[in-house]
Formats: sequence, C-alpha cells, structure tokens
Amino acid sequence: MLEPERITRTTCPYCGVGCTLDLHVRDNFIYKVTSPFDSVVNKGNLCVKGRFGYDFVYHPRRMTRPMVRRYLLPVSSEQLSVNRRDAPEWGNRSLMTDPLTTDTSPWDWVETDWDTALNLTADKLVEIYRRDGSDAMAVYCCAKATNEDNYLLQKMFRAIFRTNNVDHCTRLCHAGSVVALQQALGTSAMSNTASEVLLNDVFIVTGSNTTENHPIIALQMKEAVRKRGAKLIVADPRRIELVDFAELWLPLKPGTNVPLFNAMAHVIVQENLVNWEFVRTRTEGIDTFIASLEKFTPEFAESICGVPAEDIRRAARLYATAKHAAIYWGMGISQLSHGTASALTLIHLALLTGHIGRPGTGLNPLRGQNNVQGASDMGAMPFHFPGYMRVDAPGNAEQWERLWNVEPGGLSRKPGLTTTEILSHAHPGGVRALYIMGENPMMTEPNLNETRRHIEQLEFLVVQDLFLTETAVYADVFLPATPFAEKEGTFTNTDRRVQRVRAAHPPRGLSRPDSDIICDLARRLEARLGRPTARWDYAHPSEILREMASVNRDYAGITYERIEKVGLQYPVPDETHPGTPTLFLESFPRGRGRFIPVDYVPCAELPDDEYPFILTTGRVLEHWHGGSMTRHSDLDELYPEARVEIHPADAELHGIENGSLVRVTTRRGQVTLRAHVTEKTTVGVLFIPMHFHEAAANLLTTDALDPQAKIPEFKACAAQVFPAREEETHSPAAARGRY
Amino acid sequence: MLKIVLDGQEVMTAEGATLLEAARAAGIEIPTICWHPATTANGLCRLCVVEVEGMRLLQPACIVRVAEGMKVQTRSERVIRARRTILEMLASSVDLSDSPEIRALMQEYHASAERFPGAKRRDVPLKDDNPMYVRDYAKCVLCWRCVQVCAEDAQYTYAINFSGRGYETEIGTFFDAPMPATTCVFCGQCVGVCPTGALKPKREFLLEQGLKPEEIVTRSSGRKQRRENR
Repeated sequence: MLEPERITRTTCPYCGVGCTLDLHVRDNFIYKVTSPFDSVVNKGNLCVKGRFGYDFVYHPRRMTRPMVRRYLLPVSSEQLSVNRRDAPEWGNRSLMTDPLTTDTSPWDWVETDWDTALNLTADKLVEIYRRDGSDAMAVYCCAKATNEDNYLLQKMFRAIFRTNNVDHCTRLCHAGSVVALQQALGTSAMSNTASEVLLNDVFIVTGSNTTENHPIIALQMKEAVRKRGAKLIVADPRRIELVDFAELWLPLKPGTNVPLFNAMAHVIVQENLVNWEFVRTRTEGIDTFIASLEKFTPEFAESICGVPAEDIRRAARLYATAKHAAIYWGMGISQLSHGTASALTLIHLALLTGHIGRPGTGLNPLRGQNNVQGASDMGAMPFHFPGYMRVDAPGNAEQWERLWNVEPGGLSRKPGLTTTEILSHAHPGGVRALYIMGENPMMTEPNLNETRRHIEQLEFLVVQDLFLTETAVYADVFLPATPFAEKEGTFTNTDRRVQRVRAAHPPRGLSRPDSDIICDLARRLEARLGRPTARWDYAHPSEILREMASVNRDYAGITYERIEKVGLQYPVPDETHPGTPTLFLESFPRGRGRFIPVDYVPCAELPDDEYPFILTTGRVLEHWHGGSMTRHSDLDELYPEARVEIHPADAELHGIENGSLVRVTTRRGQVTLRAHVTEKTTVGVLFIPMHFHEAAANLLTTDALDPQAKIPEFKACAAQVFPAREEETHSPAAARGRY
Repeated sequence: MLKIVLDGQEVMTAEGATLLEAARAAGIEIPTICWHPATTANGLCRLCVVEVEGMRLLQPACIVRVAEGMKVQTRSERVIRARRTILEMLASSVDLSDSPEIRALMQEYHASAERFPGAKRRDVPLKDDNPMYVRDYAKCVLCWRCVQVCAEDAQYTYAINFSGRGYETEIGTFFDAPMPATTCVFCGQCVGVCPTGALKPKREFLLEQGLKPEEIVTRSSGRKQRRENR
C-alpha cells in the first residue's frame, strides 16, 4: 500500500461545480485523487473527469519549452520574409527540428529559451501596436485559468495596449443568459447555491444534460427526486438521463424555447396562477408582457415546438403552484441566435411566480467551465472592467486608471470586440495581433472552415497553452503554461464560490504558471513602450487578488486566509461578511425585475428538403470542450471517437446501422464519423459532441449570432446524413492542418 | 434529549441518534468497518456490536437507536470476544494487506490471523477491465459501501451489486460483464469509499507494481479501446 509523500487540497479543473480534490503525490506524480467527505460542494463525490482525468498533466505530448517559428529568429543577419498563406500544412515533422539542420522552412517550430521567446513576442506586439494602434490588438482570456491569470491578462491588454478587445469563451456558452439576466435583473450569476436543489419541490432542467456536464449537481437533483419527493420537469430535445427521474419530459425541437416557455407563462396568466404580490412589489412591465403572451397558447406552441399542449399546461401548473421551484439551464437555452430571448422567457416564469429571491428557488444558469464565472468577474469581457463595471460608464475607467498607474483618460472607454468578432475582424486594417491563453477556437468556434480563413489573416498569433492545440498550429509563438496542478490561485465556481487552487508539484520542464508569463512579458512590453509600470511584481497570487478586490467590491472581503479551508460565495463586501449563498432576498441589483416581452424568431437555418435534419451539438461525460485536456488523458480510452446520435426511425429510413460510418453534411462542411443509433435523440434531430478534431462538430455549425449577446447558434442548424464507406474514415475535412 | 448509560456513565443524548453517534459524542470509541459517514448504515460487519441490558443478542451500534434509560456496555468481555472473532474470521479468508485500520484493530483486540488455520481463503483473480481502476476481490470484506454509493447513497447508477450466496458472495456486475459494458460512469465513488484497497485507481496500482511514472504515462497514452453499447 502506497503512502503519499503529500496530499494537496485543490479545486477541480473541469466543470463549474467546483469540487474539492485531494491530490495524492509521490515523486512529483499524482497517482490518486480523493475528495473529503465533508467538502461543502461535492460531499466527497466526484465524476470520472475529477477523479481520474488529471493525467493530461503528464502526457508525453505536453509542451514544456517555449517555441517560435523559425522566421522570427534572425538567421545570419537576414530576417526571413514570409507570407502566412504560403505556410504548409504543418505535419509533425516540423515540431522538433534542430535549428542547425539545413533542410528548414521558415514555418518550422524552433524550441528556444524564455528570454528569446518573450523578447520576440514583445518586439512583435509593440511593432504592431505602434504601427496600427489599439484596435489591432486583441486577447482571448481563459475560463480554465485562475482568477489571477485572467485579471492580469486583461490588465495587460487594457493598461498597456489600451484596448477592450478582451473576451473569452463565455461568449460561446452563456452570453445569452448573461445579457438576459443583466437586462432583466441587473446581474448575471446563478441566483442560488446549487445544493439548494434539495429544497425544491418542483424544478425545471432545460437545455442542460446535467448528468454528463455537471455530474455532481445532477447527483443532488436525483437525490431531490428520489429521497425528497421533488418533481422534475425536463425540457430538452434529447432523452437525457435525467428524464428517467422526471415527472414530465417536454421533448421540444431544438431552438423552440421561446414558444414553449411563453406558452407556460400564458397558462400561468390565463389560469391566474400569478404571484401578484411578488409581481406588484418586485417587478415592472407586467401589462405589456401579458399583452405579448396573447398568441402564445399551448396549442400554438405545440405547432412549433412539438410538445403536446396538455403537457405544457401540466408543466406550467406544476411550476407555478409549487412552494419552492427553481429553473436550471444550460447551453440549450443560450447557444441560439435568439439566446437572449430564450433566457428571458425563463426569467419571466420566475418573476411571474415569485420563484426567486428565496432559498430553494431561483434562476440558475449552470456554468460550463471551472472558472468561467471567475473569468467574467475578472473583466475578461469587452464591455466590462473587473466587477462588471462598464467600460463606457462614467467614473469606472478612472478607478482602474488610478490602480494601474495609467494617466487620466488613458484607458479605452470604447467597448471592444467579442470573441466571435475578434476573428472576423482579423484582416489588414482590423485585428493584427491576437494573444490566446488556454482557449482553442479552432475547435470551439462555429463554422471552423470560416474561422480558419480568419485566423490565417492574423499577422501575429501567440498561444499560451499546455498542448499544441488545433489553434496553436496557427501560432507564431507558443508559450508553455502550467496546468491547475502546478499553480496557485483561485477559481470561482458556478454558484459564485471562490475557492483555492494549489500546486501539487513544480512545473514540468520549462513551463511556467500563466500569471508568471504574463508579468514577465508585461514588464518587457512596458520597457519597450517607456510606460510607467502598472505593477507586475507580485510575491504571491494572493496579492493579485487583493489588488483586483480593491476596486471590484464583490470580492472586497475575500482573502486567501479566509478561503484557506472553505470557499466564500461573493458578493463579500467586507472581511467580516460571511458570503452570499442566495441572491435577491430584498431586491434585484437593478431594483425591480423587468419583464421584457419577446417574440418567437425561428433559428437562422431551418431544415428543408436538401438538409432535412436539425443538427445539435454538445458535450459528453468523458470529454470536455475542445478536448485539449481530456483527449490527452485515459478518458480518451473510455470515449475515443466522435459518434453522431441518430434516432432508430431516421436510421432505418437512411439505411444506417449502429456503429456504421456516416457522413454528416451542412452548407458549411462535412464530417465522417460513426453512427450511434439511439432513442436518446428525437426523430429529425442529430447530435454530435464537440470534442473530436477528427470529426469536429463545429465544421458543421452555423456562425449566425444572437444580435445582443453575439453568441453563436451551436444548438441548431440544418444537416443531412449519408451512409459512408469505411475508406472515407479520414475525410479531407477531418485531415486539416495540424501541428 | 434523553438519558442513557454508557459503560456505567450517564450521558445525555439527542433523540433519534444511533448508539454509535451517542458514544462518539460522549468520547467513547466504537470500532467500525462497514460504517461510513457518507453511506447508509446496514450493520453488516458487526464489528460495532455492543451489549444492551435486556437484549439477548449483541446489538450493532451503527443502526440501533438510543432509548430513554438504555444501559449499554461498549467494551464488555462478550463484546470484545465477538469483535476479536469477527476480525479473526476476516483475517482467515481475506487479504488484509491493504487494510491498515483493520490490522490495527487486530492488534488492539489481540486477534490472531491463525485462529482458523483450515479456512478457505478468498482467492479470486484481480479484475483489470477498464482504464480507471482495478478490482481485487481477494481483499474485499463485503462491507457493501461500493454498492451503496453506486446506488442511492450517491450516484444512482446501479452498476454493481452482491452476487452469489453465503461464502460465494461477491461484489459483481450483471452477468459478470466487464465494467465498460455496464452502466458504470467511472465516477469512482466506489473507489473513494473502499476500506480495504480492493478497489484501487489504476495508476496507484501500477506504481505499486513497480512501474515508474514515465512508464505509466507512456503506457496509457495513445492506446484506444472502443467502448460499445453506451
């Protein structure tokens, strides 16, 4: 029996639940993960990713030395001139070339030292900034990195390059929910603590496959149903596992949330199940809202979303007449070209019935990544400084200018570009330099063929990551960062709990923690630009959090000492405040909750004769997002390849057998993968997980955006499926440029 | 609150508490094997038995609830003999090499592993059928915790249960299928509650087999097994 040399307590690097992990370490190698049974969030329970999925830390393909393209290095005093479009389809060959060999291409990766890599990066970024100004600079922060990493990276681009072209993948996941909650309530996080599901007597789960994507919250949901008699309503196009636990399953067509939930509101009003006391005292705009519901009868909704009218009535009655009811939702609500409208319809249900502002109720968007909440809080967004302080509102920039030693008026007051816009603005005269920390847009952006055309237009791309991802192959400089197990910091989980992340062992190879790389680079940038320092010398990440919290009042009372054992849920206005498990007890941040009538707008692309299926995308238990971590783990053995889910009736019609090879096409691309014939999906709907570069779902998805939130429509586009031959396994689309 | 007498000492205790909870609150240690704070107590291992005045048989403290005036002996000679015998029977048939807590109890109770020399040992081959953990039922004491957390004490997955009867009882899957062919979601809750090392993370197992970390990571990277029927 092995005794650990040490046990490091930290927070899980996967989904937004924020489970506590104990990493058992010997010889700087994590060999086992356990979780304390008294942990607040997860009570000792973990999922496969948390318990077994940490081995990407040691994967042989992890990059641990800085790399630059050969053309950046001075070669016998003459700089190679290159045109990015001449770049070859890089193969593995170019990975490890010796700088001294003669058979070389300017696009070879050359391993180098940190000084060389950071000086080249600083030179190039400064050259572009001096030539083309702030609008040419852009950065993707990272929902997987710590609060401290994200705060520093947005600070670097705002204080040094004076741009708000700062965003991260929240744009691709909950942007619709964030905008809707901001408009209606004035804030954007989960209103209640996840474990309050145990207090619900009725709860709605919609657009969330919670069992696979937030497994530990799903355990509590199952307990609420099986042990506490709660009634669960699942509204989802897929027959997800939670349907087995549900009182009612509403299998709506993808992208038809608005008629469904408006019809529920219609029933609540028509049958007078409205909580008038709450509506009178806490909301505004009820009259125009009720007028807008006129046409949304359950029968009208049935004609669009396919859910029987009587089930819509039952769901409305169940939810409205409950004592404690809550709504939990995921990407199925927000990842639509009407994602904001879709989330608003859920907010309306809570405002109509008063199921918000009390324990055991609430509006709960389940955040997908370990620190997507925190990255948003840290200002990794184009419209906000840290703490959701709008960049264009008077008085906000001044506070950060004082903190960052920037001359008055120096910070940009102009809202920047979003993730989706940054790449579409990559062209001469637009964005020239992009810095990406930990994100993998070449897997996670919609319509990847188009994304690729954009990314090739960049003049200079820096990728700071663990692996040479599908995105990093387009980079000019690769900076090797450390994973969660090799750094100190904090993550903020889906229910606003700020928790510690601790290093289990030193970084491998030459890799460095993200915050360390950013500070080093920022000092070099300031020296070149002759700027007074915004401060980049921190003895410990706790100082970074203190600096941020001196202006972002939500975090004011959070110190590393206070969260040493148990995390705190913000807002924490001062150092004696116990944290805030439930929001809106008295009022909403904007005062009254606002009804904002929404009409039904169909998805940007509807099925037709040529493309008769609706393709929807999502995740599976064993993998995570772009796959840069889980595809480099034993998790990949459990679920090694992409499969498209197709209903048995559709499969028979198209001559497709379970496990056979099929080609799925849309107007934007095609992928070849195996069929999974299953009743988990509904007739007319195909489902492909997004994690597999060999059959990247996002080659197919549409880049139609929600006009307000700029979130792409990942959840619905028109598709066709054909049986394919075995020799098509490696379709041209799948074998696109890598490494 | 109500009053009970524990080892001759009057103790006030909460109504509805088990004898185990009442004793631990009073600072009296009662040993357990199958009991775990995260699982439903079932009184399977019987190591926590105590003597309750007026009751003919020894009572498992983990499930018997307190009653007003109850008189309880937690370390009477009869209790100690029962615990020693339980430990000796376990040691005679199960590999306790990965169970330091149970071996410490054997010392404390002067239990001899040789008490039943003719006993048939639980001798089943190690099951290594998935990338995440191994199952070595030669070390299993049938405490049932893994089955409970797989079912309604945590995961609601129902991948494993008891199979067989009497001495042949073993934890197993439906039709003895390998784990990847069951409903298992590899959450590892079972590994987290196993008290005897019968369930063990694969990488810990490989380290114990003498592999170096580098060998473990290169061994597992790039190997692909297709997972059917999920």
